[in-house]
This record gives sequence, C-alpha cells and structure tokens, in this order.
Amino acid sequence: MKYLLIICFALSSWTANAVIETYEFSSPELEARYQTLVQELRCPKCQNQNIADSNAPISEDLRRRLYQELEAGMSDEDIVAGMVLRYGEFVRYKPARSGVTLWLWWAPWILLLGGLTLWLGVVLRSRKARVSLDSKKDQIEKLLKDHP
Amino acid sequence: MRRLFLFVPLVLFSSLAWFLFRGLSLDPKELPSALIGKAMPTFTATTLSGKAMVDESLFEGEPRLLNVWGTWCPTCVAEHPYLMRLAEQGVKIVGLNYKDDDSKALAWLARLGDPYELVIKDPEGMIGLDLGVYGAPETYVIDAKGIVRYRHVGEVNERTWNGPLGEAYRALVP
Repeated sequence: MKYLLIICFALSSWTANAVIETYEFSSPELEARYQTLVQELRCPKCQNQNIADSNAPISEDLRRRLYQELEAGMSDEDIVAGMVLRYGEFVRYKPARSGVTLWLWWAPWILLLGGLTLWLGVVLRSRKARVSLDSKKDQIEKLLKDHP
Repeated sequence: MRRLFLFVPLVLFSSLAWFLFRGLSLDPKELPSALIGKAMPTFTATTLSGKAMVDESLFEGEPRLLNVWGTWCPTCVAEHPYLMRLAEQGVKIVGLNYKDDDSKALAWLARLGDPYELVIKDPEGMIGLDLGVYGAPETYVIDAKGIVRYRHVGEVNERTWNGPLGEAYRALVP
C-alpha cells in the first residue's frame, strides 16, 4: 500500500507555474492600465520585445515595479517618466511626441509631402512640355499649309 | 541653377550611405545611460558582510566605482582579478551584489579575494532597477558628491580602464 502511494505520487504531475507571473490588482481599472503599460514598455535586455512578451529577469523586475507603482497610485505619465529616467527614451515603444523623437513622428509625413511635391512637379512639367510640343506641331502644320 | 538639381540624387544617396555606414559600427546593445550627471538614486540596503544599513550618502566624500556583480555572471569572474588590481592601486570600489544568493556571494569573495570597500545587497534587483542596470557586470564612476559620471557595461580590464571608463575616474582624482 505504501509503495503504491509512492508510485502514485511519483507518476502524478502538477501543472507547472506559468512563466509570466500574475498580479492581484485591487481594481480592474488598474489591471487594464497594467496591461497597456506592459505592452508599451520595452525590455532593456532583449531589445525587440516589450516587457509583456519577455521572460528575461529584468522584465520580470520591471513588471513587479510597475505593479507596485500602479498600486501605490502613481499616474501612467509618472510611471513612464520614471522608467525613462532609469533607462532613457529607449524603454518607450511609443516614443514621446517631443524633443528629438518628434522626428520619428513627423519624418514620414515630411518625406511623403516632399515626394508628392516632386511627383507633382514632374507631372506638371511633362504636361506643359507636351502642350508646348502640340502647339509647335500646329504651328509647323500651319506653316507647311501656308507655304506649300 | 537647373544644373544644381542634378546633384539632388547624389546628395540623397551619400547621406543615406553615410547613415548606413555609421550603422555598421554602432552596437545596438549599448544603451545611453540616463543617469549620467545625476545623483545616485536613493536607496537603503544592508551590506553583504554585516548587518549594517547603508544608503546613497555612502558615495559622498571620495570618488568611487560602483561595480554591479553576481556569482551567476561569467564576465564578473573574468573581470575580478582586474578589480583586485585596481583595489590594490587604491581605487575605492563599492560592490552591488545584484540578484544573488548571500552565501554564494560570500563564498566567492572568500575564494577569489575581496576588492570591495563594502558590498551592498540587492537580492531583488530593485537598486539595480533604479540605476538602470540591464545586465552584469556594469561599472559606474561616481564623484565625491555622489553624482554618476560614467557608466560602463561589460568587463573592466586593462583595455577598458585605459579607455573612457578609466579616464572618467582619473579626471576625478587629483
């Protein structure tokens, strides 16, 4: 009987703990903010992941700190500002719309505008050239007709 | 004037080429430190050896190095002998035992020697988090007022000590 129990225990298995830990939030609103912020903060060690995806120890620490700060009643802006203070602008997957990162937001539009102007310029010029060529053609035909 | 426009593609190409070429020699793993020129973040912690409590005021008075290490970190083993040498030369080094086990850390210091003035314990990695540590080893140069002057990620050795890391320290020492 004793052996049977031992064998039973040895063969039974328990569900393993999930890699990403879960936190008990005092309100669902905090949890929603947590879920947004873990998507927007970048893991400093594994650079192409946010801290929600990464199971690096540093991301685990950042998630824990995020949880603590949310529960302490800090605002999203203050939390992100604190992270930027520690790790630099790098930690934001959604860069701030100020300072040097403004280029990230505006450069595509500036380039698009530049391209459009260039394209418009080329199109207008070629149209004008065709018009002037057409009018020349008319002139030549007229001349040929008048002076046979 | 018209002719000048012919050079536009050339200018565009060369600027693109310049950016791409520069990108070849940039290390994306090297993050700019947000802490340079700022005071050490506040903390209170116990030391590894005794039960003494320390805080950020311990960095006042003299320029020091803050070395983040752990027994789990292979590069820390590699840089240890060089830290011993620096300590012999009179460089004051404070250790931050980052996410480590006390008994393992004490055994390591007993085995390899102790270059540290004292070692701050950070088992949860929370001081490291405030410093912006993202891997060990990392070494910070902190001036006599407790302001962080330089951050070095990776091994401390002859080459890096002759480079910007050592220069930042030597600039503080008369």
